[in-house]
Amino acid sequence: MSLEVDIERQFPDFALRVAFTAGSKPVGILGASGSGKTMTLRAVAGLYTPARGRIALDGHVLFDSAQGVNLPSRARKVGLLFQHHALFPHLTVQENIAFGLRVQTAERSRRVSEQIAAMHLSGLEQHYPTQLSGGQQQRVALARALAPQPKALLLDEPFSALDTHLRSQLERQLHEMLAGYKGVTLLVSHNLEEIYRLCEELVVLDRGSVIAQGPREEIFRCPPSRQVALLTGCKNFSRAQAREAHCVEAIDWKCMLRVEQEAPSATAEVAIRAHHIGVSAGSAAAQPLPANTFPCWLAALSEAPFHVTLFLRMHAPAADPSDCHLQVEITQEQWARVKSQPQPWLAHLDPQRLFLLPD
Amino acid sequence: MNLDLAPFWISLKTTFVSTALVLVLGVAAASWRTGRQSRLWELFDGVLLLPLVLPPTVVGFFLLVLLGRDGPLGSLLWRISLSLVFNWPATVIAATVVTFPLMYLTACGALGQIDASMLEAARTLGASEWEVLVRIALPLAWPGVLAGTVLSFARSLGEFGATLMLAGNIPGRTETIPVAIFFDMESGDTREALLWASIVLAVSLTVLVAMGAWTRYQRAYLVRDSMPVGRSARVA
Repeated sequence: MSLEVDIERQFPDFALRVAFTAGSKPVGILGASGSGKTMTLRAVAGLYTPARGRIALDGHVLFDSAQGVNLPSRARKVGLLFQHHALFPHLTVQENIAFGLRVQTAERSRRVSEQIAAMHLSGLEQHYPTQLSGGQQQRVALARALAPQPKALLLDEPFSALDTHLRSQLERQLHEMLAGYKGVTLLVSHNLEEIYRLCEELVVLDRGSVIAQGPREEIFRCPPSRQVALLTGCKNFSRAQAREAHCVEAIDWKCMLRVEQEAPSATAEVAIRAHHIGVSAGSAAAQPLPANTFPCWLAALSEAPFHVTLFLRMHAPAADPSDCHLQVEITQEQWARVKSQPQPWLAHLDPQRLFLLPD
Repeated sequence: MNLDLAPFWISLKTTFVSTALVLVLGVAAASWRTGRQSRLWELFDGVLLLPLVLPPTVVGFFLLVLLGRDGPLGSLLWRISLSLVFNWPATVIAATVVTFPLMYLTACGALGQIDASMLEAARTLGASEWEVLVRIALPLAWPGVLAGTVLSFARSLGEFGATLMLAGNIPGRTETIPVAIFFDMESGDTREALLWASIVLAVSLTVLVAMGAWTRYQRAYLVRDSMPVGRSARVA
């Protein structure tokens, strides 16, 4: 089972030009709002017509501007899960799930009960959508989308309307369900963790274009561009110049850095993720310092229940809270060990975790 | 007092038939119109809504010009010996044309307020446009459509100007209650006029109140914990 998408459409201030292929592994579409994620999903579902291109699912052409093919949504065998469930308020849970089933009564009720059981909705069959909680509503919507056994399942920010607790619960259920699902799955989200946990393959969109695609580990480990690094949550960037094969000069950070990968001469920036920087209370007096380790001072601090974000100034104390070089994320435990120690602390930028970006 | 009940029956028949016609035509036009957004359609709306703002006598005048024996449509109908002026069907046509905008406007509003993602969900679930309309759009727009029906019914019952122009005042054939009231007053029969006026008032009020209650009942499914009792699922 595979989905090929290659679509184009020009707008006055925006050009959609998206091409990717999805197999049986769930594909996550990552991008800022307005990057064309939802538009892409809607084009696959047939709710939006691109100007040019081709969409094929499981060998069947759904859309082809050259051949003049544009199947209506109803003939595409695609299940779509909306941000706000879009359940039919005048139908019960059972009637909602059965809506897409065009089979005989016996088979229909069998498939409805199958979905009810799989989505843990037993006892709610006769309820109306407004009588359900947010999580139940989204589960009914998922059951409704899956009941006709679509060849592709399209999920458009499926958890965005839920609170944190329900989110993770539904995410686990979805994860379980996707493991057994044979079709193509596309998940649109701007939540990095969610998309990483659910999708092995990623497509990164920026202003209507695909700027990266591939296995999630690769995209997160070495993003091909600054945009991808930003969209995958990277916080620390410095202009850089290659000095030797494994050594770059970080211009904004005013230091020389050893890097694992060979530094190409086209290197324009060096970057590292906030949780890949180590902070320790070791003495800065112990000269010489190990490679990629620099004295640093705290400029600002932001505490969350389980982790702490430190804004650090390298080489000298910070003049004000905005005067900082690095954004570092550490656990509350690590923070407890460091906070009582005298500054400067030592920041370690792991050569294996640093990545280089072209211009 | 010797009251001729004919105007009552004529009015009742005309009102029911024209309301049914307007319900079908108005909803069909509105569902056809929904989702089409171009300047040209605004002109289309303008033409359909004209009877709402024109004096009924003007509407009746144009209908008479159109459907009269020498009119563009009337002359065609005359060839198949069909006449739609100064007979009972003319009362239905007058009432239908005058009340159509009310139905069309409320139906457009009700259909336009439906969350588009519901219609899209239905399409991705394999529903044809007809199924989307009948199984999703109309049930969701029903309270609005019903409101339009009530308005049309009440307006149709009171239709006077266009009816008099197109159907005239032929006792026992085209004389509706409002027309009868006018001619009663003209001939000085105040008592009969008052009686007819009271009947119109009572019928209109009853219909409005009854439909209001029915709408409230129908909407109950949209409100948590106030389910209409006795609805059972169609599946399983």
